[in-house]
Amino acid sequence: MGKIELKGVEKAFGTVRVIQGVNLVVEDGSFVVFVGPSGCGKSTLLRLIAGLEDASGGAIRIDDVDVIDQAPAKRGLSMVFQSYALYPHMSVRNNIGFGLRMAGVPTDERNRKVDEAAALLNLTPYLDRRPSALSGGQRQRVAIGRAIVRQPKAFLFDEPLSNLDAALRVSMRLEIARLQSSLGTTAIYVTHDQVEAMTMADKIVVLNGGRIEQVGSPLELYNHPDNLFVAGFLGSPKMNQISGVLAEQYRAATIGIRPEHIAVTRGGDGWPGTVQVSEHLGSDTFLYIDVPGAGLMTVRAPGELGVAAGDAVHVGPDLNRLHRFDANGLAIR
Amino acid sequence: MATQKSQAIGRIAIAPSVAVLLVWMIVPLILTLYFSTLRYNLLYPDRTGFIGFTNYTYFVTNPAFTTAIVNTLVLVGSVLVITVILGSLLALLLDQPIFGQGIVRLMVIAPFFIMPTVSALVWKNLLMNPVSGFFAWIAKSFGLQPIDWFAQAPMLSVIIIVAWQWVPFATLIIFTALQSLDLEQKEAAEMDGAGAFSFFSWIVLPHLARPITVVIMIETIFLLSVFAEIRVTTDGGPGQATTNLAYLVFQQAILNTNVGAASAGGIVAVILANVVAFFLVRAVGKNLDT
Amino acid sequence: MARKTSKATLALWTVVGWAAGFVIFFPILWMFLTGFKTELEAYSTPPTFLFFQWTTENYVAILEQRNYVKYALNSIILAGGSTLLALVIAIPAAWGMAFSPTKRTKDVLLWMLSTKMMPAVGVLVPMYLIFIWLGLLDTHIGLIAVLCLSNLPIVIWMLFTYFKEIPKDILEAARMDGATTWKEIVFVLTPMAVPGIASTVLLNVILSWNEAFWTLNLTTIDAAPLTQFIASFSAPQGNFWAKLSAASTLAIAPIVVLGWFGQRQLVRGLTFGAVK
Repeated sequence: MGKIELKGVEKAFGTVRVIQGVNLVVEDGSFVVFVGPSGCGKSTLLRLIAGLEDASGGAIRIDDVDVIDQAPAKRGLSMVFQSYALYPHMSVRNNIGFGLRMAGVPTDERNRKVDEAAALLNLTPYLDRRPSALSGGQRQRVAIGRAIVRQPKAFLFDEPLSNLDAALRVSMRLEIARLQSSLGTTAIYVTHDQVEAMTMADKIVVLNGGRIEQVGSPLELYNHPDNLFVAGFLGSPKMNQISGVLAEQYRAATIGIRPEHIAVTRGGDGWPGTVQVSEHLGSDTFLYIDVPGAGLMTVRAPGELGVAAGDAVHVGPDLNRLHRFDANGLAIR
Repeated sequence: MATQKSQAIGRIAIAPSVAVLLVWMIVPLILTLYFSTLRYNLLYPDRTGFIGFTNYTYFVTNPAFTTAIVNTLVLVGSVLVITVILGSLLALLLDQPIFGQGIVRLMVIAPFFIMPTVSALVWKNLLMNPVSGFFAWIAKSFGLQPIDWFAQAPMLSVIIIVAWQWVPFATLIIFTALQSLDLEQKEAAEMDGAGAFSFFSWIVLPHLARPITVVIMIETIFLLSVFAEIRVTTDGGPGQATTNLAYLVFQQAILNTNVGAASAGGIVAVILANVVAFFLVRAVGKNLDT
Repeated sequence: MARKTSKATLALWTVVGWAAGFVIFFPILWMFLTGFKTELEAYSTPPTFLFFQWTTENYVAILEQRNYVKYALNSIILAGGSTLLALVIAIPAAWGMAFSPTKRTKDVLLWMLSTKMMPAVGVLVPMYLIFIWLGLLDTHIGLIAVLCLSNLPIVIWMLFTYFKEIPKDILEAARMDGATTWKEIVFVLTPMAVPGIASTVLLNVILSWNEAFWTLNLTTIDAAPLTQFIASFSAPQGNFWAKLSAASTLAIAPIVVLGWFGQRQLVRGLTFGAVK
């Protein structure tokens, strides 16, 4: 069982309130992603749950037990660090088995569990190596192995993929998602990368300045962002946000339309504009169009669109996918 | 950041060292202050009594005191100048391509690890002895009169011995810092058209300011208390020629068994060290960014 | 520089370098050679360089008659003892300051450093008297305590800088893995800190072995280390240059060798961490 509840959790460093009154429920077995810009407090929140930092206020409950005064070891959680934090002087086997050793698990059983975890992560040939003799991806997997072997109540991931190259990141993303799904253990995953968030999460928690902006499934957040911040944070390229006269036409202070929900035509419905830059990826075409009254708009068209810089075009947003926001940045529904 | 619990454990962990150093600092210092106000000679332990500042006046008006202060400053100053200049030159030399560089470095570093009593006696006897010393032989080979170092130039002799021991320290520190000069900076300077001299003046020298600063500060702390070299070669003489403040206090304490005067002298030494440290840190502190 | 240096430049610097090194090293070399001469030979003029009658009689005399071994043993006891004691006090202190820093930590460290700047002579009198009253004069324990306290600030500083370099998250990982503070120190911190601790031990051994203020003033016979032994050669009754040289060679050899091997590591401790 691994249900985690946060009630009114606060954290202040001196007078700076880094976490401000966070309330959250993480259901057992779910994959929850904390996402947000640098400095939003997502790592701090994770560390509060882990017990590596003291909360300044509020309650943290794991399986209905208040753990706020408990040391990290007692909480039954395990963590995968951004830098992997492997013990450099120990072999892979001993790295993975360290937690079991601390818990007093007898050697035979310990070795059996380490072997199981290693097999799961394709680490068996490396069990006797030191971390310095491993590649980044392998070290990453050792860190994960160390986390799963103790069969914790929940996994805590602190930006584990940031130090890997792009291709490795994609494959590791899949592995982690598959692993969590097969083990069924609760997972809280911190990242600044919204693609990771969208692809891996059952539920996304968007954080900004120590506060939760919105909680929901990836598609909920994509289709129905509660405010400008969430609307702009998820989705790549970023949603076009237009204020001024054009917005007033739709009775809003700001309107938003995602680049993929815009049709570009040469003469036809929509706002007139001039193409500044066109990027041809083969699979998609990205256009950056200067639209008077809207500024520079980003448009994403599937396939190849034969449009070049300097062309005069019409930008037609799909009105069904138009988002409206009031003067406070909140969504108008 | 640490949790409250680990901070509490941290404080317990530090406690013994703080306690021990506190006692080590305070207790002897307070005792020295106390004794400095007494008339107390170990040979006449009964004749003791509070005499206020008399010990201080006695100590300070003693003509040997002024000489000692001057000697101390001369010793420290000269050694600083010699070691910083030679140290920098040697460090720069060691930075050049040399065949067998490791061995040269070992030869240059070695004197620092020699205990002061050995250095002093080897220099005094084997090298500086006016009859059979090595320098005497060199002088005679050129038809010159050998110098009786410790009779004619006792202070200079002591300075030479102390400087010889500390040049390796300066060299090692400056050399280590020199090695940390980014290779890319050198290449960028080359691209910018800097010749060897410009590179040296504009890039190397400023970079060396910091280690030289550290060398000066550290050496000053230790040089103020030079003792063994003097004890073992000149016993402060001839006369007071090589008596520095540390030796003067030692004379009062151990040789004259005048606890009162020696304590006053000790306090003066502490004050001097603090004054020097204060100015040093002030004048040179801007080069450090701890 | 990734380019080749010309042979001429290399030759020039090699000559200059070796010349400088030789000049500086000469006294030590001369001392070493003199140790193998007879007293007569050592005192003769003009001095002989390599072609003389090499003899080991001085070393024999030093070891047998002058009881060199006792003094060497004392040096070892004092250096080793003070280092051990310093480590016992300093490791927890450095751990506390490096991993559980408080607002005061920086101030405490600087204060500790400042205790090292106090001139020993300032407290010579009370230390001497305290030692007499407590019967610590010329004892191993007394000297070990004083040497330990003299160098404690440097030891703590050095360990502190080494501990600070250990990535914090590895220790946090240990905590997440269920290690108590004690286990964290034993299983993770100490193995990772071994090189740093070794360098610190090296520095303290060197400083204690060569210490020539307290050892000269607070010991006479029983606890007298090599510094005292060599100092006894300064007495003006007769010249024993060859024996002085032999004794000196023996006295400095271990430390010079240790210093050679650890020169880079020592820089950090010698400069109170200011230069690495």
